Amino acid sequence: MASTTTLDDATSHHDTHNEAHADAHDHGPGSWTRIFTTTNHKDIGSMYLWFSLFMFFVGGGMALLIRAELFQPGLQIVQPEVFNSLTTVHALIMIFGAVMPAFTGFANWLIPMQIGAADMAFPRMNNWSFWLMIPAAILLFASFAVPGGAAGSGWTLYPPLSIQGGLGVDMTILAIHILGASSIMGSINIITTLLNLRAPGMTLMKMPMFCWTWLITAYLMIAVMPVLAGAITMLLTDRHFGTSFFNAAGGGDPTMFMHIFWFFGHPEVYILILPAFGIVSQIIPTFSRKPLFGYASMVYATASIALLSFIVWGHHMFTVGMPAQGQLFFMYATMLIAVPTGVKIFNWIATMWRGSLSFETPMLFCIGFLCMFTLGGFSGLVLAVVPVDITLHNTYYVVAHFHYVLFPGAIWGLMAGVYFWLPKFTGRMYNETLGKWHFWLSAISFNITFFPQHFLGLAGMPRRIPDYALQFAEWNMVSSIGAFILGFSQLLFVWNVVSCIRSGAKAEAKQWEGAESLEWTHLPSPVPYHTFETAPIVK
Amino acid sequence: MQTMILSVATFFQLRKLKPAISAVYALIGVLGACLTGRAWAGYDFNIPQPATPISQQIYGLHMYILIVCAVIFVVVFSMMFYSIFKFRKSKGAKPDVNFHESTLIEIIWTIIPFIILIAMAIPATKTVLDMKDTTNPDMTVKVTGYQWGWRYDYSAEDIGYYSNLATPWAQIGQPGAQATEPKGKDYLLEVDNPLVVPVGKRVRLLITSNDVIHGWYVPQLGVNQYGIPGFIKDVWFKASEVGTFKGQCSQICGKLHGYMPITVIVKSESDYAKWIEDSKVKFGTTPATAAVTAALAAVTEDSNKKFTMAEAKQIGGKIYAANCVACHQATGKGMPPAFPPLSGSKVVQGAADGQIGVLLNGRPGTAMVSFARLSDSELAAVISYTRNSWENNTGKIVQPSDIKALRKS
Repeated sequence: MASTTTLDDATSHHDTHNEAHADAHDHGPGSWTRIFTTTNHKDIGSMYLWFSLFMFFVGGGMALLIRAELFQPGLQIVQPEVFNSLTTVHALIMIFGAVMPAFTGFANWLIPMQIGAADMAFPRMNNWSFWLMIPAAILLFASFAVPGGAAGSGWTLYPPLSIQGGLGVDMTILAIHILGASSIMGSINIITTLLNLRAPGMTLMKMPMFCWTWLITAYLMIAVMPVLAGAITMLLTDRHFGTSFFNAAGGGDPTMFMHIFWFFGHPEVYILILPAFGIVSQIIPTFSRKPLFGYASMVYATASIALLSFIVWGHHMFTVGMPAQGQLFFMYATMLIAVPTGVKIFNWIATMWRGSLSFETPMLFCIGFLCMFTLGGFSGLVLAVVPVDITLHNTYYVVAHFHYVLFPGAIWGLMAGVYFWLPKFTGRMYNETLGKWHFWLSAISFNITFFPQHFLGLAGMPRRIPDYALQFAEWNMVSSIGAFILGFSQLLFVWNVVSCIRSGAKAEAKQWEGAESLEWTHLPSPVPYHTFETAPIVK
Repeated sequence: MQTMILSVATFFQLRKLKPAISAVYALIGVLGACLTGRAWAGYDFNIPQPATPISQQIYGLHMYILIVCAVIFVVVFSMMFYSIFKFRKSKGAKPDVNFHESTLIEIIWTIIPFIILIAMAIPATKTVLDMKDTTNPDMTVKVTGYQWGWRYDYSAEDIGYYSNLATPWAQIGQPGAQATEPKGKDYLLEVDNPLVVPVGKRVRLLITSNDVIHGWYVPQLGVNQYGIPGFIKDVWFKASEVGTFKGQCSQICGKLHGYMPITVIVKSESDYAKWIEDSKVKFGTTPATAAVTAALAAVTEDSNKKFTMAEAKQIGGKIYAANCVACHQATGKGMPPAFPPLSGSKVVQGAADGQIGVLLNGRPGTAMVSFARLSDSELAAVISYTRNSWENNTGKIVQPSDIKALRKS
């Protein structure tokens, strides 16, 4: 129970903390029941982070099973229907169980400290939005054990295939409903906190970029999570209550599900990346020892990306047979997203330009993020072009593309954040050598895993197949070898985090000389259990 | 502008530049270098050789965008790595803290990408409009996706037939049971009855589905189109050369999604005419041609036919191997819970009407789809086979007339 260790560290420090405050709010520090009753943003932040780390390894385990099956042509490890369930649940777990909760964990930890607030605006709802995720996770896991197995229709749950599935699909629908409710509550909390609890002088345009990206992300979530809930509710009533929303025989249309799903789905991919933009925008200036280049344009670019995300959903559906006008509209809108995204990349590079750079682990992960995310952006541009997309749709090229933006994007952003703020959270330093090993192993094996998948996709290998023609054999084998190195390298991360918490060297209050946000300039390391009970004055 | 773009595209389509194109890829993918020689011999780095004017355009567009991206890549990464090497603290670099804002620079790097995007959108738009123009076809074929195969209907010629995976399961294997045969050259890409079209003709496909969404995807023809149950979508292609083109279902459609390949054979006009004549006999759908079919086929489509036990088991076994074995297994033991056993099953050993009903209607909410597409005699044979195999010893035969009676009700 390493999580208790973190909590205990925070508490022991809290005991020595010289500010007087009401212990009644602590809900019995040291008692194990505290994990259920806590309303402290730091406790809940840690719980979110540990939960997502656990889910990251479960989802990663599924990915390795997938890659093991694809190591060679032929069926070796799993039945095709189990393979389909693995791809489906791998995606759902990574999206809803790993990346989103991890960002919410960071939001919980950092937002109050970065804006000079004592806690989140709704501490009890905060606790509830964390604990909702546990039954959802159990439902997802348990769906593998029911007759018919877990949902095997891909995470997009397209009907009529998802109508065919068994109880596992219902459990998945319920799990997504619960996770959606949790996300919406988390978003309401974050928006309210950011808009109402900022310290005097902390204007919106002085907020750290992490807060800005989360503010925009939270609005995206509130806008689209209910849309997803609507889509899967219609799926549920089609399955059990005789409706025909998606059944042509009853006057419905399967294509409508795709439209509704992707109206959620495209903003969702920005939900998965914008907070990482925020983390990177904190770390690159720190290790460049100069302010973020073009702060205002970064805010506007983020907002533009968010707005554009609502009008590009059709680019996931170029092969459904929409009219030329539809295809052209979605193609132009999608290409347009490259503009604000490019602005962000250029601003990050300009931040490094004429700086004074050092390359601690968080910075390495951010530079890795920049390089790989740019490549993912290029393949995104290729896919935006309708005729090219039509020949690459549902091939491994798409798999390569979104792993390039999500693994080095979302996951490395998170890893960078963990290395960056661990000294602040725990008061101890991680092992720098081990961190660098983790980065380089991840960077090399990630590319071994996913770069060849571009070639597979171009050559025409469809995604979500358990077996493939012989012409795809070499690259699949390379990809699988990379995947195993990548998967096992992540154990270094866990080892590093755990040993940092248990026995890391003592960290300074301002561990990074270039750090400027309030948690570094105003608070000791580790941060006390309660912070900013009196709001700081921000000049 | 457009001419320039297209000429760049054409330039890169030249076959003799194949190694050069591969080299571009290999440079971007440094990893490519450590790979086997085989990768260089095939087309494994890129979109397969185009076989239609549209796929030719797609190929050119992709190369064009790839080159633009490669140029941007070089510029962006040079700036980044210049910073990384030049502005190091360990080399004594001092931060220029005042260099953190410039409206002019922001405007420049907003406008330049915008212009590049317009340059990409223009040729892409032209190709989109070409692809969407399905007017004036020379011929039309209806394509229907099934779990898990395809059906092609040439309505003008009254020809219609199913196209299923031809790779035997003995090459594929099972988890825990190795494949017993070596994998063939066209492993998973071979079908029993391919789609056949003439060269140089505008072929319009009307694509739909019988059950779930499928994707009819043949990259060399530049076609990738969902078949959506209840809706018909049209696409077209015009093959510029005679040959065989392979593809697969592109949209996940359940258990055997990976096992529903597509083969298109493009024939010369005279070969195609000959094929049509042969197929009218083999795959005829009108009563007249069906009678010929019935007379010639091994399995007659005569509902009054009376099977003997040996006949039923022999023919039924073949139908079972083609349609049922993937889920219910050769042993009849299935793969519970998703795919229940037939051996010892109460449905199979019980009243025949029950089992016929399951085959005609499927079991909604499960992977068991309707097999009403099989003929009365095929269904009778396969049902008789399951009722007299493994642990099932009913000793009774279901006749085509039994199926016919229930099919109507």
